[in-house]
Amino acid sequence: MIQADAPTILPLELKDVSLQAGQHRLIKDVSCTLDAKDVTIIIGPNGAGKSLLLRLCHGLLTPSAGAIHWHGANGRDPSLYQAMVFQRPVMLRRSVRANIDFALSLRKVPRRLRHNLIEEALHRAGLNRFAKTPARVLSFGEQQRLALARSWALRPQILFLDEPTASIDPAATHVIEEVIMAMRKEGTKIVMCTHDLGQARRLADEVIFLHRGRILEKSGAAEFFAGPKNDLAQAFLRGELLWWHRRELTPP
Amino acid sequence: MNTKIIRVGFLAVALALSLFAQTARAETPFIIVASTSSTQNSGLFDFLLPKFQRQSGIDVRVLAVGTGQAVRLARNGDADILFVHHKPSEEKFVADGFGVARFDVMYNEFVIVGPARDPAAIAGTVSAAAALNLIAGAEAPFVSRGDDSGTHKREKSLWQQAGIDIAGLTSNWYRETGSGMGATLNIAAAMEAYTLADSGTWLNFHNRQGLKILLRGDPLLFNQYGVILVNKATHPHVKSILGQRFVDWLLSPAGQDAINSFAIGGERAFTANAPADIVLPSKEQSE
Amino acid sequence: MTDFGAAISTAFALVAHLDRDLSEVVLLSLKVSISAVLIASVIGLPIGAALALFRFPGRTIFIVVLNAFMGLPPVVIGLIVYLLLSRAGPFGVFGLLFTPTAMIIAQVLLITPLIAALARQVMETLWLEYEEQLRSLGTTPLRALGALLWDGRFSLMTAVLAGFGRAIAEVGAVMIVGGNIDHVTRVMTTSIALEVSKGNLALALGLGIILVVLSVLVNGMVYFLRGNQRQGGTL
Repeated sequence: MIQADAPTILPLELKDVSLQAGQHRLIKDVSCTLDAKDVTIIIGPNGAGKSLLLRLCHGLLTPSAGAIHWHGANGRDPSLYQAMVFQRPVMLRRSVRANIDFALSLRKVPRRLRHNLIEEALHRAGLNRFAKTPARVLSFGEQQRLALARSWALRPQILFLDEPTASIDPAATHVIEEVIMAMRKEGTKIVMCTHDLGQARRLADEVIFLHRGRILEKSGAAEFFAGPKNDLAQAFLRGELLWWHRRELTPP
Repeated sequence: MNTKIIRVGFLAVALALSLFAQTARAETPFIIVASTSSTQNSGLFDFLLPKFQRQSGIDVRVLAVGTGQAVRLARNGDADILFVHHKPSEEKFVADGFGVARFDVMYNEFVIVGPARDPAAIAGTVSAAAALNLIAGAEAPFVSRGDDSGTHKREKSLWQQAGIDIAGLTSNWYRETGSGMGATLNIAAAMEAYTLADSGTWLNFHNRQGLKILLRGDPLLFNQYGVILVNKATHPHVKSILGQRFVDWLLSPAGQDAINSFAIGGERAFTANAPADIVLPSKEQSE
Repeated sequence: MTDFGAAISTAFALVAHLDRDLSEVVLLSLKVSISAVLIASVIGLPIGAALALFRFPGRTIFIVVLNAFMGLPPVVIGLIVYLLLSRAGPFGVFGLLFTPTAMIIAQVLLITPLIAALARQVMETLWLEYEEQLRSLGTTPLRALGALLWDGRFSLMTAVLAGFGRAIAEVGAVMIVGGNIDHVTRVMTTSIALEVSKGNLALALGLGIILVVLSVLVNGMVYFLRGNQRQGGTL
């Protein structure tokens, strides 16, 4: 988990994964593979299932059908090599430093190693001066940076992010994006879903377009933003909210 | 973080120490006496027991409950001494093997109290039975303890003497409170009702409002208190030696004089009447 | 009509003269109820938290019964404890009846369901907020329990204070298992009951006022401690 040289648990393969809640299937027959090299951004309209898909990958939800397989795990517990940042930062009622310490202790990082890891994480996220501050006193944007710092300290091989900057002002968003890319540079696979097309354009190597629980398109970022093949994806890029069925589309 | 933890920690330790610190009282030998609320409420124990405690060094812990409950406690072995005022119950207690022997200690009286305006006009009657008949006839409100206490048992027998079937009453002038003497007196005062009270509780009762004694002196209102040492044979843990010393003292001239000297508002509350020639068990057996 | 003014002046007089009997009774009330609430918290808080976090067969029934037990009459609990501790009962040999220990036991039984039920409510709300993130970080059930109990400490303090309030105010249980023995098991509430039975209503009310003031002081102290932590705490 912390050892930089631990073998990777990637690639992650989803095979015909579905998620059912009561009568409805929220995720439908999703198959794809995520491997280490790309920043994967998942986009799609509200209710498409982006958050659910992330949680399925991360193991917070169990699929009703299909299989999720970490090809590199080889008997190891894949959850030890992952981390996730949510739309709302969830901080314990303790200091900034203590929050990171708590996460490290959960991952069973020996005490003597924690101090340096915490220092470095705080430094990278620009939160040094808040080390002793109660975490909940920080602004929303600062707490989200803390969430990132906390993830960073865990040195995850893959980081899931669920619309991390949805409620954050542009300046703070910029800082957070920088931290994400810094983690990417150090080797963490980034899987993020976002509403913000500009952010997707800035960060993505690979784009997954999700609509009503199905992956309608998965391609390289440049290719996708130049012109997606799928018509619904095209409509989405044009900024049109999708709530009609395919057959009702009028030709452009 | 450090100073806060230290302060809270200190508080916790201080709290724990104070909570678990035992007072010297715990080491003093003690006995438990199951008695009635009438003796408690009169203030007799507050007056009497310190004298015994000074003389003997024994702490007397009194449970003041209804007679029925006191007898039950003693039967269960939860008390060392039974000190109540219902002779039939006391004699049964000894006969059943729970008590060593029963001795008269002191007496006072029951009185009928009621509203000063006396709607049933019982003032001036001599017999309790006559008074109760007047009350029943006038259907004046009457409050009963209804709790199987010595007082309640006496009250029931008085109604029987008067030839009135309390259980078969149809109208509701007769109310049972199921409570102790004090609570019953409070209710009687508020309801302006008649009730039967022991004179000990009455003399020391401070919420009389409009109530006053309307009848006393009928021989049937005689109220005898008796003391019994719980039998070690049935309950081996009973503190027989200490308990016997208490019984001895109560029946001795010192104890009897102390009882006689207890007065409430200048009036003697209890008259000591232990037989002068009794042979105390402690003189017979060695412990 | 009892004079409320007489009651208040009685209360002041008792306190001003530092009446020895009064201070004895007050200290015993505090000792019994604080001990009871500490023990009940140690038992009840984790139970409440566990109920919030874990799913197991029969959980719903457990919660329903627990909530129902919040309404157990103190006199019934007193009776049950008496039967257990009586010499004629299973635990009579320990000779605990009519001692402060018996009173503490009865009060623990009385307030543990209350504290557990309130704790469950607090913990459920917290768990809703924390669950995903804690599971993402890889928490074990035990660590989640501990983290939540600590994080919810201010809300849980209210649950504890509710328990204390119930304990220090009850008379039914301590009367039966304590016996209201002078200098040994007489507490504020049983004193008040005794004075009422003697018709000393003003004194009883005065004692009642002192009891209420005591409760206010305890609550105030707790909030004072809590307030301090809110401002400067680095915890």
